[in-house]
Amino acid sequence: MRIGAARQTYAADEALFETTVQRAWFAGLLAALVAFPFMADAYWLYLACLVAINVASATGLNILTGYTGLVSLGQAAFMGIGAYTVAVLEIRFGTPFLLNLVAAGLLAAAGGILVGIPSLRVKGLYLAIATIAASFILHFVFANWTSVTNGVTGLSMPPARLFGVALDTSFRMYWLIVPVTVLMVMGAANLFRTRIGRAFIAIRDRDISAEVLGIPLLRYKLMSFALSSFYAGVAGGLWAYFFRVVTPESFPLVMSIFYLAAIIVGGMGTILGPILGAAFMTMVPEVLKLGVGWLSPWVPDAVALLSPVRTIVFGALIVGFLVFEPQGLAEIWRRVRRFFHLWPFKT
Amino acid sequence: MTEGVAVTPALEIEGVSLSFGGLRALTDVTFSVAEGSITSVIGPNGAGKTSLFNAISGFYKPDKGSIRFHGAAIDRLHAPERARLGLARTFQNIALFRGMTVLDNIKLGRHAHMRTGLIDALFYFGRARREEMALRAEVEQRIIDFLEIDHIRKASVAALPYGLRKRVELARALAMRPKILMLDEPVAGMNREETEDMARFILDVKEEWGTTILMVEHDMGMVMDISDHVVVLNFGQVIAQGLPAEVQRDSAVIDAYLGSGDVGDLRRRLTGAAA
Repeated sequence: MRIGAARQTYAADEALFETTVQRAWFAGLLAALVAFPFMADAYWLYLACLVAINVASATGLNILTGYTGLVSLGQAAFMGIGAYTVAVLEIRFGTPFLLNLVAAGLLAAAGGILVGIPSLRVKGLYLAIATIAASFILHFVFANWTSVTNGVTGLSMPPARLFGVALDTSFRMYWLIVPVTVLMVMGAANLFRTRIGRAFIAIRDRDISAEVLGIPLLRYKLMSFALSSFYAGVAGGLWAYFFRVVTPESFPLVMSIFYLAAIIVGGMGTILGPILGAAFMTMVPEVLKLGVGWLSPWVPDAVALLSPVRTIVFGALIVGFLVFEPQGLAEIWRRVRRFFHLWPFKT
Repeated sequence: MTEGVAVTPALEIEGVSLSFGGLRALTDVTFSVAEGSITSVIGPNGAGKTSLFNAISGFYKPDKGSIRFHGAAIDRLHAPERARLGLARTFQNIALFRGMTVLDNIKLGRHAHMRTGLIDALFYFGRARREEMALRAEVEQRIIDFLEIDHIRKASVAALPYGLRKRVELARALAMRPKILMLDEPVAGMNREETEDMARFILDVKEEWGTTILMVEHDMGMVMDISDHVVVLNFGQVIAQGLPAEVQRDSAVIDAYLGSGDVGDLRRRLTGAAA
């Protein structure tokens, strides 16, 4: 159990990790992330990279939808902007990958600002529809701006190179993707300790009184769109380096819905939410697939029979979360922590 | 004490009219708020008090008239810009941010006066850290102690009882370091003890911080006790203004509150006011 933690400075009270125990756990997590690639096989490394990319993108969407209260179904399209930017820069100019990733983020952010302009007037479902429209327009551009995007065939690109080493395996990409994701998640966590993050939440909770406090709504809504799309753009860039083929069909509307589902399942408006949600949404179908594989010795035709069941189970899990745990996985985690803080005096 | 002073008033409302379609919410409202005073706007329900507040804070654009803040017209400024000038307000039906702690709500009051940019914020380094630490110290020492809410600083606003929420909203407005503090029914729905606490805080704000206060309130006891100047609105028009005692005796005011029938006459006879 934990006894009240006494703090003597305001800095200590405002720290990201308040206690030594928390800091130790975080150090442990980082160590586990470093050790993971040396113990996991290629399949799990592939999954880890995919989860990390999804975490980055979901964290971005969470800034916009979870914290600022602006529902967007354009996240995948912004990832598309990032992926195409990286592909074009890598193929045509061969610029360093870090520069490409930043460019991908910035270009996606510019797209986000454009799409965000209606957000001063339209809210909720109406804004969601407006962002869907934007994602259709972007899809059209990807498919038809042949001179740049190579149309429906898409672009195949060389791997990223770091000091002459091609990052062409999951093992190598892991060292690019995971640090970038960790940095972006930390950035989001920091943001919500400052005035800008507070302004986002203020807009979500009550935009009228936000204005009275001197928060210009349009400026901050656009800032939230830009930041969210920047995250999407960088995630899209990582995606492009990871799969090395970018086509207009790589970023369908369903993918935007996937991210929205991830932050809802994980818990909107929390830093932990998109991490848990993206991991859950990416891993559960795979885990269920493994489960089907283990059953195959006993159940004949298991793969054929159980594949549909797998999809149904996955859907039911999502519905279950919406009904029984609307605050998401982050809330469950909070409850578990609380239990151990109070244990054994209160259970 | 508020009349006939040569200095520029903190706030001047001049000939302000406001209508929604055919409904006239305010008609030619004119009054001024002296620097360092407590001015109360009273009037029956629907008299246009909150509309007046919304016009002053920049949500409604008056059809006619002008509003001057320390002598400068602010008619063209949007709500956030007026806030930055030092015009703070609270709301009748409490407009706190439910998803945040008390501390974060109060910190938001300082938003417009901080400089931290997006990049600083993402890295929480340099300016962001310095500003946040200075803000925390100021909020703790000047506001949380002052309003006696240190026991709830980490509590979620949604879980607080009504009286405390009103106090947190006052704290948030104070964090703006306002020149003029506008309070929309600060003691509505409070019991006597809470009302007295709030009245004490309002007087302390005026005395210690030198803040000018403009207040809408229905609690006549409190209005008459602490106001320097009272403005009475009825059907969107100013029907009387002056010292609390003068307003109390004004027959137009008595008519507006009690009607001109038997009750009004009775009251007039009892108080001996001029008919």
